[in-house]
Amino acid sequence: MTEPLLYELSSPGRRALRLPEVDVPKVALPEGLIREDLPLPELSEIDVVRHFVRLSQLNYGVDTGYYPLGSCTMKYNPKVNEDIARLPGFTFTHPLQDPDTAQGNLALMYSLQEWLSEIGGFAAVSLQPAAGAHGELTGILIIRAYHKDRGDEKRTKILVPDSAHGTNPATTTMSGMEVIEIPSDERGNVDLASLRGHCDESVAGLMLTNPNTLGLFEEQVGEVIELIHGCGGLVYGDGANMNALLGVVRPGDLGFDVLQYNLHKTFSTPHGGGGPGSGPVGVAEHLVDFLPTPVVGVVEEGDEVLPPLYGFVRPKKSIGRVKCFHGHFGVAVKAYTYLRMLGKTGLREVADHSVLNANYLRVRMRDAYRIPYDRICMHEFVAEGRWEDAPDIHALDIAKRLMDYGFHPPTNYFPLIVREALMIEPTETESLETLDAFVEAMLEIAENARSDPELLKTAPHKTPFGRMDEVKAARELVLCCWPVERDAL
Amino acid sequence: MAYIPHTEADRRAMLAAIGLERMDDLYDAIPQEVRFPDLNLPEPISEMEITREMLTLSEANLEVQHVPCFLGAGAYNHFIPSIIDHILQRNEFYTAYTPYQPEISQGTLQAIFEYQSLMCNLTGMEVSNASHYDGATALAEAVILALNQHRGKRHKVLLSPTIHPHYRQVVRTYTQGMGLTIAGDESLDISSAMFAEMLDEETALVAVQYPDFLGRIEEFSSLGEAASKTEALFCVVVNPLALGLLKPPSEFGADIVVGDGQPLGIPLSYGGPYVGIFTTRQQYVRKMSGRLVGETVDSRGQRGYVLTLTPREQHIRRDKATSNICTNQGLMALATAVYLSIAGKQGLREVAELCYHKAHYAAEKIDALDHYSLWHRGPYFHEFVVACPRPVAEINDQLLEYDILGGYDLGQVYPTLADHMLIAVTEVINKEEINDLVDVLEEVAHD
Amino acid sequence: MEFPTDLKYTKNDEWVQVEGNIATVGITDYAQDQLSDIIFMEVTAEIGEELDKDATVAEVESVKAAAFIYMPVSGVIVETNAELHDTPEMINADPYGAAWMFKFEIANPVELDDLLDATAYEKYCQEREH
Repeated sequence: MTEPLLYELSSPGRRALRLPEVDVPKVALPEGLIREDLPLPELSEIDVVRHFVRLSQLNYGVDTGYYPLGSCTMKYNPKVNEDIARLPGFTFTHPLQDPDTAQGNLALMYSLQEWLSEIGGFAAVSLQPAAGAHGELTGILIIRAYHKDRGDEKRTKILVPDSAHGTNPATTTMSGMEVIEIPSDERGNVDLASLRGHCDESVAGLMLTNPNTLGLFEEQVGEVIELIHGCGGLVYGDGANMNALLGVVRPGDLGFDVLQYNLHKTFSTPHGGGGPGSGPVGVAEHLVDFLPTPVVGVVEEGDEVLPPLYGFVRPKKSIGRVKCFHGHFGVAVKAYTYLRMLGKTGLREVADHSVLNANYLRVRMRDAYRIPYDRICMHEFVAEGRWEDAPDIHALDIAKRLMDYGFHPPTNYFPLIVREALMIEPTETESLETLDAFVEAMLEIAENARSDPELLKTAPHKTPFGRMDEVKAARELVLCCWPVERDAL
Repeated sequence: MAYIPHTEADRRAMLAAIGLERMDDLYDAIPQEVRFPDLNLPEPISEMEITREMLTLSEANLEVQHVPCFLGAGAYNHFIPSIIDHILQRNEFYTAYTPYQPEISQGTLQAIFEYQSLMCNLTGMEVSNASHYDGATALAEAVILALNQHRGKRHKVLLSPTIHPHYRQVVRTYTQGMGLTIAGDESLDISSAMFAEMLDEETALVAVQYPDFLGRIEEFSSLGEAASKTEALFCVVVNPLALGLLKPPSEFGADIVVGDGQPLGIPLSYGGPYVGIFTTRQQYVRKMSGRLVGETVDSRGQRGYVLTLTPREQHIRRDKATSNICTNQGLMALATAVYLSIAGKQGLREVAELCYHKAHYAAEKIDALDHYSLWHRGPYFHEFVVACPRPVAEINDQLLEYDILGGYDLGQVYPTLADHMLIAVTEVINKEEINDLVDVLEEVAHD
Repeated sequence: MEFPTDLKYTKNDEWVQVEGNIATVGITDYAQDQLSDIIFMEVTAEIGEELDKDATVAEVESVKAAAFIYMPVSGVIVETNAELHDTPEMINADPYGAAWMFKFEIANPVELDDLLDATAYEKYCQEREH
């Protein structure tokens, strides 16, 4: 059931937006600089509304149903966050207006910096990075700057576990350093012997996700960090999996030097169909001076009568600016609201129930699906989507069939170290009933894999659309379209 | 417990199934010495309490619904049609993830395809990606594309001094590990004609802004030609709203057109989230970073949309990826698509013209004052520079007392423009507000 | 799955045909099967370019993956298969024949001894399929 494109709904002369007449004298437009044609669609307001409403109905979101995407933390997005972020006192403020006139915003940013520092066990936080990958780049540039500042030009390598998210090696390359891949051992931890072999003066640092992408807490995290520190390197933490750690353990206390948070994962801000997110970065004391500029600081202390005066402060050895203006303030408001509501006890409950939910699914699925590292997991776990006696069925087929049950599939084919990986993260906001329904579906699929494999291979059957021809999309690239009159030219 | 549905009975049943006695047993793998820290955070509060608290916090700001805003400098107070937020608040849009399962994500995918199309329509370029974080990071990605296009053999980038200062800073931060020379913006005196002279075999990319940070409009055909001769990529940073009126950069030889989509229906929101526009020529599509949506057909013969050319991206290429970008600005790209649908061919032109005429009216009246003068006499869009008789900070303080938010203090960025104010006028400003600004400026010309 | 015995192989899934001091290189049947539908191929090295063993010569992209093709031993590029750029699907259809990718002049024939024969390469592929 396809929805026409805007251009197909367009009709010459239609318009929606109407503005007041110009109330000042018109002046001549600059000669030779005016465009002759503006090839945009022409629609009435009702057309636009119906088009986008119908499009939305072709989508599935957390508000539609269960969404167990591993490492994405698709938890419920509180509606109060949405309302508060839309208060005009927040949305109608200009980033460059005098800080004295934006004390509400600055107080919010300052508190969020402080709370994130406290939660992560760090000395300071920057809210500037716009997303997780952006925060990663920031963190690695900070590590690089730290070594250079100490006159150490030899450190050109970053160690990255083979289970790492693809952004980790990509970030390293962007920062001008070399990626050295470290294998995982048979328990899914970083292989200590291999790590030890690589620790020398050319290592700038290690990027570590903990819990890792298998959902496991690194069993020798202390030794791993000591090895890196021992050879003079720093440890970067990918905080994507922080949901399991809230109030349980602080990465800073484990020895991590720098970490990026994902507000759109752990801190409940919505994913928006791919963004906007926010990836603040926390650092230990020795890295505070290198944070992106500016951070929010107290410019004048308060007293019993007056609150402190907040302003922008430039870290002494900053790596520079990573974004225009101050970061995703509109997203920070939502995370702030969430943290303020949950408080210290609420955070611990989030961790507890996310870990409880994941382990419950693990034990209920373990007989039907091979779980390569079958021990207490954190907030997610990885199962294999394949069976020896059903050789034609792959993780992809399981994923597609799950949609017929009204569920969004888990993450497929990641991490790369597990064959036909299904990474399952229920999050803490799912009920026991939902989890049981998901298990029932997974068990039935496992059975169908043997009794009726065609059902899986041709799935999904009940969704608005079937499987897409991805080869055609890549071979015959059609990436945009134009209004009909222009094509006719 | 906020948002957690479990009852005590649920917990007991689940722990039993797992084979544990207590919740704390879930954490045996965590080193004891650092387990269960006592976090120094406030106690929880209810939704009712927080709503009140946040309202008070939000009111500790000056907001531009109540005060005419003449501040631009890369973020603009435009009229946002009410329909946009209604669409953004559709749960199926904002609570969805990246559309990796196209069968249940056609809403997001088609909306992004339409966004990509609209960006091409505006800029005149052949392909657009699904967006970057903002205009600054889009420019940084343009630099990276150029470096890859030249296979790492060229190490110089020329940036115009009148590209937004934050954008130039971001480019420098992003590329600090890449052994690049970034030049051309050391002084305001460097013009685009001089750029044409500065191009050489080492230059990977040359970039300018249109209209520039100071509001000026310049035609770049000769620079475009010069760039083409030396095979340097020519990048133009645009204000997409201005493209409702002005010639698109495709007409003067741009290879890459980037910018920020904030003026197209996105609230100021103290600086973000906005949306980074990235468009380029078809021939560079494989070197372009970020997500891409392409058209195809599904197993039932229906037209559909899907993420394509994903091997360019980090999750497949890993250390060989040209960029680490993982997200696009999904919801903000949707906002601009809705805005352009509502404004359309006629509306966008009208908004641009309103800004243009109102800005010119304001500029002329200010120029007529004894103690103020326009710094630049050539064409400009909706921002202009005024030489002031006193420090801009002092004038702005005085303006605030009259409930007017004044323009940007250029002395913060360009030493030769101390005491110069960058004033923006958008369609939401009316004639009375402009007249008030002019009157107050005259009054506060002296302390 | 084919493993022609008259060819040599690398652990990067390239096949090498040696005739005199000219080597022809492509990717193996195993490689094209792993990649599945190939949509793009580009030789990034230039004719006349002198490259060391393991230097990147070409790129291949399928719908799901990207792969790089490396020099199996050191040499100077003498010819590339221009047709492949327009019809990359040929790599799936005929990996050992029409989908040869480039030819080069071997710099140091001793390096050829490190390459695998068909039996060793087939075994290597089986090990990876555990």
